[in-house]
Amino acid sequence: MTAADNGLLSVASIVLDRAMASGADSAEVLVRTGRELSAKVRLGVPELLEQASHRALGLRVLRGGRQAICHTSDFSEPALVAFAEETARLARLAEPDPDAGPPDPGILATAWPDLGLFDEAVAALGPEQAMEMAFGAEGAARDYDPRITNSEGATCSVSAGQRALVTSGGFAGAFSGTSVSLEVEAVADDEGGKKRNGSWWDSRRRLGALASPEAIGKEAARRTLAQLGAKKIPSCKVPVVFSPEAGAQVLRSLFGLVSGDAAFRRATFFLEQEGRIVASPLCTVLDDPLIEGAPGSRPFDGEGLPSRRNLLVDRGTFTGFLCDTYAGRRLGRPSTASAGRGVGSAPAVSPSNFFLARGDTPPEALLRDTPEGLYVEQLMGFGWNPVTGDFSKGAEGFWIEGGERAFPVSEVTISARFEDLLMGIDAVGDDLDHKSAIASPTFRVSRMTVAGS
Amino acid sequence: MSIDNARCPAFGPGGPHEVSAQLCDSLLGEALSRGGDWADLFFEHSRSGSFSMEDGRVRSVGRGVGLGVGIRVVQGESTGFAYSQDLDEAAMRAAARTAASIAKAGGATRSSPVEEARRPDRYPVETPTLFAEDELRLGLLGRADAAARAADPAVAKVQVSLVEGLRQILVATSDGILSRDEQPLFRFHVSLVAERGTKRQTGSAGGGGRMGLEFFEARTPEAVGAEAARVALAMMDAREAPAGELPVVLAPGDSGILLHEAEGHGLEADFNRKGTSNYSGRVGQRVASSLCTVVDDGAVPHARGTLNIDDEGTVGQRTLLIEKGILVGYLHDRLSARQMGLGRTGNGRREDFTVTPYPRMTNTYLVGGDHDPEEILRSVKRGIFARRFSGGQVNISNGDFVFSLTEAYLIEEGRLTAPLRGVNLIGNGPEVLTRVSLLGSDFLAADGVWTCGKEGQSVPVGVGTPTVKIDAITVGGTEA
Repeated sequence: MTAADNGLLSVASIVLDRAMASGADSAEVLVRTGRELSAKVRLGVPELLEQASHRALGLRVLRGGRQAICHTSDFSEPALVAFAEETARLARLAEPDPDAGPPDPGILATAWPDLGLFDEAVAALGPEQAMEMAFGAEGAARDYDPRITNSEGATCSVSAGQRALVTSGGFAGAFSGTSVSLEVEAVADDEGGKKRNGSWWDSRRRLGALASPEAIGKEAARRTLAQLGAKKIPSCKVPVVFSPEAGAQVLRSLFGLVSGDAAFRRATFFLEQEGRIVASPLCTVLDDPLIEGAPGSRPFDGEGLPSRRNLLVDRGTFTGFLCDTYAGRRLGRPSTASAGRGVGSAPAVSPSNFFLARGDTPPEALLRDTPEGLYVEQLMGFGWNPVTGDFSKGAEGFWIEGGERAFPVSEVTISARFEDLLMGIDAVGDDLDHKSAIASPTFRVSRMTVAGS
Repeated sequence: MSIDNARCPAFGPGGPHEVSAQLCDSLLGEALSRGGDWADLFFEHSRSGSFSMEDGRVRSVGRGVGLGVGIRVVQGESTGFAYSQDLDEAAMRAAARTAASIAKAGGATRSSPVEEARRPDRYPVETPTLFAEDELRLGLLGRADAAARAADPAVAKVQVSLVEGLRQILVATSDGILSRDEQPLFRFHVSLVAERGTKRQTGSAGGGGRMGLEFFEARTPEAVGAEAARVALAMMDAREAPAGELPVVLAPGDSGILLHEAEGHGLEADFNRKGTSNYSGRVGQRVASSLCTVVDDGAVPHARGTLNIDDEGTVGQRTLLIEKGILVGYLHDRLSARQMGLGRTGNGRREDFTVTPYPRMTNTYLVGGDHDPEEILRSVKRGIFARRFSGGQVNISNGDFVFSLTEAYLIEEGRLTAPLRGVNLIGNGPEVLTRVSLLGSDFLAADGVWTCGKEGQSVPVGVGTPTVKIDAITVGGTEA
């Protein structure tokens, strides 16, 4: 534990002690501090350089089953004392909920692994280096091809922070993490006055793992040019291949279905599906907070329970809902240590690294094996109802003919009942990369409705 | 926090964080100490509160306070930015110096002494809801919950939330303006799940604005609860939607989300300054059918997107964007107005002091026409009637947008027939408004629940339309 962690723990303890002295039955304090740096360049000129340190503290108090949650950024001791007392007072306004409250102290984490979430090299990045990386990435995109006529710029973002949780049940823990990301968006002119844009990015906890600025810039340019001449296609029912980016968006919808919060609210069509087949046998889905250096990793969850790997879908069979303590109590089962927590809100079921397990088909082979269909690079919109399973999104990508890329497609939607989408997965790529907390390899769905002209 | 219930101005004389003109001058001087064209300070004190009811009981009560200052230095195309959560002078000076590091001119730029500017008063509120009696607000949740359950035995799960905020800002600029505002915001929302046999459906409804509990004079909590139940029950037996190009009739109000996505974002000047929008360089050209007049109106009393001043101290205003189909202007913040050599329009907005402003919409409206709404419906042989939406998204560069319906019906021979599930509309911004063929006389501003996201920042906005007929739009259903 570093000195910084000790500072956070002592701030948290002041608040915790005062809340308990003010009549709380239990209290939990989350403190976050960090430093952020963001450098954006556009057309070779610095556009924005942001640098700051931030801090926030959140407190949950329970009093006879009544819950209040408050947050503040004022860390002066008198302010923290007043804050804790006020939160304890506010709890009286809520109504008793027998299921509310922290986990049984007996199951709290007492030791946890170092998951390699902090990189000194990222923490040490300065504005000049961040700016240089952004210049490098944008320059590579603009130099790639004369048809790249404009740019939305390149941004390098760096953050380094600490997070501490202290609870009246006896938990006290802290960990640090870093993240560095680089993103470029290139623009080209298409016929009919349309602009085409393509972006590419990478994000890692360790600087050494980040793709080079050149590679990111070139990929953004390649994607922009690939959209030139994109057109709508006639409505049809065809196989649809999801890129890892589009696939991650599908996984985001799936997360809403397996969350215990949705289950006790009866807001998921997976309600009666535990133990049943909900997806193709190629489909295995996990939530794993213990992956070394991954973006969603956490040594303990938002309530202080030891992190563990959870299998959600086992070769097509839904094994059970992810729960935090509250969802678990509502559903009559233990927590799966899946609580996320922000400073201003109650713990809630949240993904750590949530992903579709890799298959064994290289993505190129998967494409070659698709005689005709739509390859989706990007999804758009909010067309998702977890209660009914209706799934309908705007899509952009290319048409596949004879196992090869034929022409770019835009302004279409793809739709399916989500249960049909999951059951229809007939190929899964081997290209899983944990660059975001929710991730997916390439996969193909045997048949979806594409709506176009 | 402290959650002081006193309603004194946070930054005013005698307030807990008094900010004097002299302090502003001194910080602006520090910000421009390495040169730069201009600088500004954005002080913010925001209080928020929430009550949430679930399963008929108030499950949680929350409060929060955010406090800090954001300092910006601009030189040419480049912006330096830093913020501080500490309002002691040393910390603020350090932030000003950090922001100044962007400037390379060498010598210092002089800043004009700040003077307090006048501003309009578009959302006077006698008692912001944060300071209303707790029991009064708690009672409202229970009334909405009971009405939703009473609407039909199928209503199985109900969540009611009341979210309130009071944001005090003080803006000081190196061209000598000091301006302050107090911005109340209130939102009341019901979402529920209804079940009948094995069928299940969701419904939601809500409302709000820059107002206090007088919101409920026009609309009772019972009405909000009953509306959420109505939507879920109406959509319970919805069938699969058709796929392909069809005529679409938009109901008045919430449909303004289409305008917001399809047109509004493309008219924000940052994209046009950079030449990355479909609307770049098209002022004076036809971009919509001659029926269409589009305004962004930050001056509507008590509306969710209304601003006395924007987050750069510019007075909010009504800006004409499209007049009878012709593009006449863009929405500007200070940076885009300066770089394009045009006037500011009061659209410089930021989520909070930790981020920089961008041109953003306030209340964006498609002005009403003169067709009878009933007649508009009757003119459609086969099409879609779009009544409620969960949201929309646009790609600014190519203009493609998608928006997702939560309440939609099939129109057959001029009448609403079957409810439809899972409908998405996809189209192209510059194309869709050219296909507007009829415009109703029934303009309606939406309920006051919309939040717009851009550059990772959320701001409250208003939308509104009359009944609109669009001749053809791609409907993303499953029945190909």
